[in-house]
Amino acid sequence: MGDDHGHGAHIPHASFKDYMTGFVLSVILTAIPFALVMGEMLDSKVATIGIILALGAVQIVVHVIYFLHMDAKAEEGWTLMSFLFTASLLIIMLVGSMWIMSHLHRNTHPKDPTPAEVRHMP
Amino acid sequence: MAHAIATHDAQGKPLFHTEQEVHVQNGTMIGFWLYLMSDSLIFAILFACYGVLGGNYAGGPGPAELFDLSLIAVNTGLLLVSSITYGFVMIAMQEGRLQQMITWLMATGALGAGFVAIELYEFNHLIHIGAGPDRSGFLSSFFALVGTHGLHVSFGIVWLIVLIVQLKRYGINEPMKRRVACLSMFWHFLDIVWIGVFTFVYLMGVLR
Repeated sequence: MGDDHGHGAHIPHASFKDYMTGFVLSVILTAIPFALVMGEMLDSKVATIGIILALGAVQIVVHVIYFLHMDAKAEEGWTLMSFLFTASLLIIMLVGSMWIMSHLHRNTHPKDPTPAEVRHMP
Repeated sequence: MAHAIATHDAQGKPLFHTEQEVHVQNGTMIGFWLYLMSDSLIFAILFACYGVLGGNYAGGPGPAELFDLSLIAVNTGLLLVSSITYGFVMIAMQEGRLQQMITWLMATGALGAGFVAIELYEFNHLIHIGAGPDRSGFLSSFFALVGTHGLHVSFGIVWLIVLIVQLKRYGINEPMKRRVACLSMFWHFLDIVWIGVFTFVYLMGVLR
């Protein structure tokens, strides 16, 4: 990027190689979960869910690095710091909400029908 | 020199601002990044709502009956290809090729429009068969989450059209480079949110 004496925005340098690497990785990381679910390749639902969640997380990291050009040096580290801060808030909110609400659900409606039963109700 | 609120100049007239105020010239990119971080909190809340309410069918249809994964695969492809075409916009901008930039921007906009069109078709179909947002907790949270993402993409397309018009008028200069780079972040950010949507809502929904 070089020293630009405080003029202009800090636009990261884009390289064709970076974009193509990111794109090819994303195509692979998108194709696998769709194939797993649409082709019903695995017998275990839990394993399938685990794999597609893991691949989704990896793909998010790929996009952030290759498309958003985030690295430890951008904006003197503030980009990475704010990203990590937001990511931790995000995980606390998502996992926390679902954890607490599932407990409430179980404690207040102990004999709730399962989704499969609900679907076959008259 | 920014400490003075109201001083007086040589003629004794009050001065309400200093002449040499500190003006940050390169804060836009980090500022826009922080906006994206706050925007991702909106999506996090909508994802959490879907995570909590996603199983409440109220005796209505569930994801396995409603979601057409081949349609979602096409939509995912459109958004993914639009990410690489926006990458080509950034490369063309670096090399100072205006016409190429506009062409790739148009390609990105067309792919985005295709995405929104397919999503609207899906929504229309769901509402038509009685699975609108008023049907169950699952569908309310589904429409809120996916609709908010679709709205973001629609506004991204409006921004993209404005940039094409501005590029034709002003050419490639510093402010235009900054604007194109901001939309680049916005566009790639929306693709990242979509990874969450197709994984958590569509693929996991069908497995549920």
